[in-house]
Amino acid sequence: MDELINALLRALAFGTPLLLASLGAVINERAGVVNLGVEGMMALGALAGFAVAYGDGTPGSGNLWLGILAAALAGGLAALLHAFVTITLRANQFVSGLSLTLLGLGVAGLLGKRYEGLPLTGQPPQWPFTVGAIVLAGLLAFWLSSTRAGLTLRSVGENPAAADVLGLNVGAVRYGAVAFGGALAGLAGAYLSLVYRPSWTDGMTNGLGWIAVALVIFVGWNPLRAIFGSVFFGLLYYLQFRLQGKTFIPTEVFSAMPYLLVIVVLGVAGLRGQQGAAPESLGRPYTRGER
Amino acid sequence: MIRFDPISDVPRSRVVWVTLVALLVALFIAGLVFVAAGTNPLEAYSTMLRGTVADWSGWSEVLRRAAPLLLIGVGLTLAIRAQFFNIGGEGQLLLGAVAAGGVALFTPIAPALMMVAMFVGGALAGGLWALLAAFLRVRLRVNEILSTLMLNYVAASLVVYLINGPWKGEKVRGFIYTDDFPAYAQLPTLGDTQVGWPTLVLGAALAVALQWFLGRSTGGFELRVVGENAAAARYAGISVASVIYRMALITGGAAGLAGVGEVAGIHHKLLEPGQISSGYGFTAVIVAWLARGNPALCLVTAPLMGIILAGGDVLKINMNLPFRITDVFSGVMLMCLIASEVFVKNRVRWGR
Repeated sequence: MDELINALLRALAFGTPLLLASLGAVINERAGVVNLGVEGMMALGALAGFAVAYGDGTPGSGNLWLGILAAALAGGLAALLHAFVTITLRANQFVSGLSLTLLGLGVAGLLGKRYEGLPLTGQPPQWPFTVGAIVLAGLLAFWLSSTRAGLTLRSVGENPAAADVLGLNVGAVRYGAVAFGGALAGLAGAYLSLVYRPSWTDGMTNGLGWIAVALVIFVGWNPLRAIFGSVFFGLLYYLQFRLQGKTFIPTEVFSAMPYLLVIVVLGVAGLRGQQGAAPESLGRPYTRGER
Repeated sequence: MIRFDPISDVPRSRVVWVTLVALLVALFIAGLVFVAAGTNPLEAYSTMLRGTVADWSGWSEVLRRAAPLLLIGVGLTLAIRAQFFNIGGEGQLLLGAVAAGGVALFTPIAPALMMVAMFVGGALAGGLWALLAAFLRVRLRVNEILSTLMLNYVAASLVVYLINGPWKGEKVRGFIYTDDFPAYAQLPTLGDTQVGWPTLVLGAALAVALQWFLGRSTGGFELRVVGENAAAARYAGISVASVIYRMALITGGAAGLAGVGEVAGIHHKLLEPGQISSGYGFTAVIVAWLARGNPALCLVTAPLMGIILAGGDVLKINMNLPFRITDVFSGVMLMCLIASEVFVKNRVRWGR
């Protein structure tokens, strides 16, 4: 029994950054914009959070809470770049997001070099992040389904032309949703560099951002189901560490497992025709007077 | 408010100057990143250029990088034309390297046929790795960006498993790589450089062949129709699935060939994924994109991106900057290129 509770707690700890990032992606995708830059924004958030929390290394020169804020800002600002390129300049959302990931990983790796391997004194507790993420999932689910603003966001993602006719500012809603998605990806990064492994290492996101993107499809763009999806993948990470070297199965099988499972999960989502649940105009730029 | 007025017949000169401006903007933004990192961007750029294009030893590093970039890039032009975003060049390259290693070390093939067998095996392995993603996309509508990317991680794990486990060299205690390939399974390089000229020649030949395929053959025509309008292709009786499958085999196969070239030409053994490829699969996406889907143009864009990768090495050694800097270049260049698309096809006006 203790073992089971322990496994669940560890799964929640592993799953928290996945939940934060995928909730953000659910919001910008419900507004019709795919952002594959999650991995890059996460790295930027992780670095910004660590840098501000670390200060110049002397105790008291950094600030944990400002660090968390900085992470959200860094993620949000990076996302605005994606918004400008895809909404204003109507570029391909998938390729823009991919380049944002490269850019984010590159910038974070370059600017973060001086923080590599430095220890962080005093780390924030984990539970506010985990509880906060779960509460946020509930709030977002309610906001999307039962508020006017949520309806606005959904209609911009489903039928931007109709939303435009109704006098809604499609571009502004999409900019806001993308920035929100980026801020949550940044927070997920801060969780990694401040709470989960209080340090900065190049490449510390290690594909988590991509798993968060895949999770959005797996949970059918539903914030509440994202909780279970994140715990599921969190459990997998837990098992990976728990079982490594303890069975006849080579460790590399375990390290490849999350990525293999993403493919399986997306395939299963495809079998169930889940892509049909995608917002109608997902991935398509909107221009007035075009269909 | 920005307004875009479509241009009906885009002149080629407009494509060229908009692309050049996009590249300049990219270099400017990357310069800002240098400034943020506390490095003088002009010094960084001149260091890169002096270390790459100023003399023959610099050029040899550029060409060494250009060989795999050219092979993967020309394959990716087909993927771009078919609107199949293959980000898995890295994994397909690794699979090619694995196949080459397996053939070279563990099959009793006659020395005379060895090289051919390695290239065929590498192309098949890379092609099948890409075909997996194509199958998932066609049958289960799995987004190919995600699947090819995930398959990169899986391929890397496979290589680590092999060199750590069953294929670990008997004579290399302590290190994790395989034994050296026999001499007849090694490719020559140019003089004492690491330029794998056979791979370069193969890449150039493939560029010409695929340019012909795209422009002159029925298969190439079908592929372009599928990319431009899949519904119309279906209406015209083209089997979209088989076009995508064939494209995947070619694009993945080309990346597999690059993997064979790297291990047979430069390393002569299978070693850690990060040492076999320094992000060729990702950089090649920009090679293909810069060439705007024209295989022959990759002959220009592959060396260009070779300068970026070789320059990243120079910056690492001379200015102590992390190799990650090449990701900054790749990301900024790709973003500026796709953002420039709208300026190619439209005249831009301010106002309502």
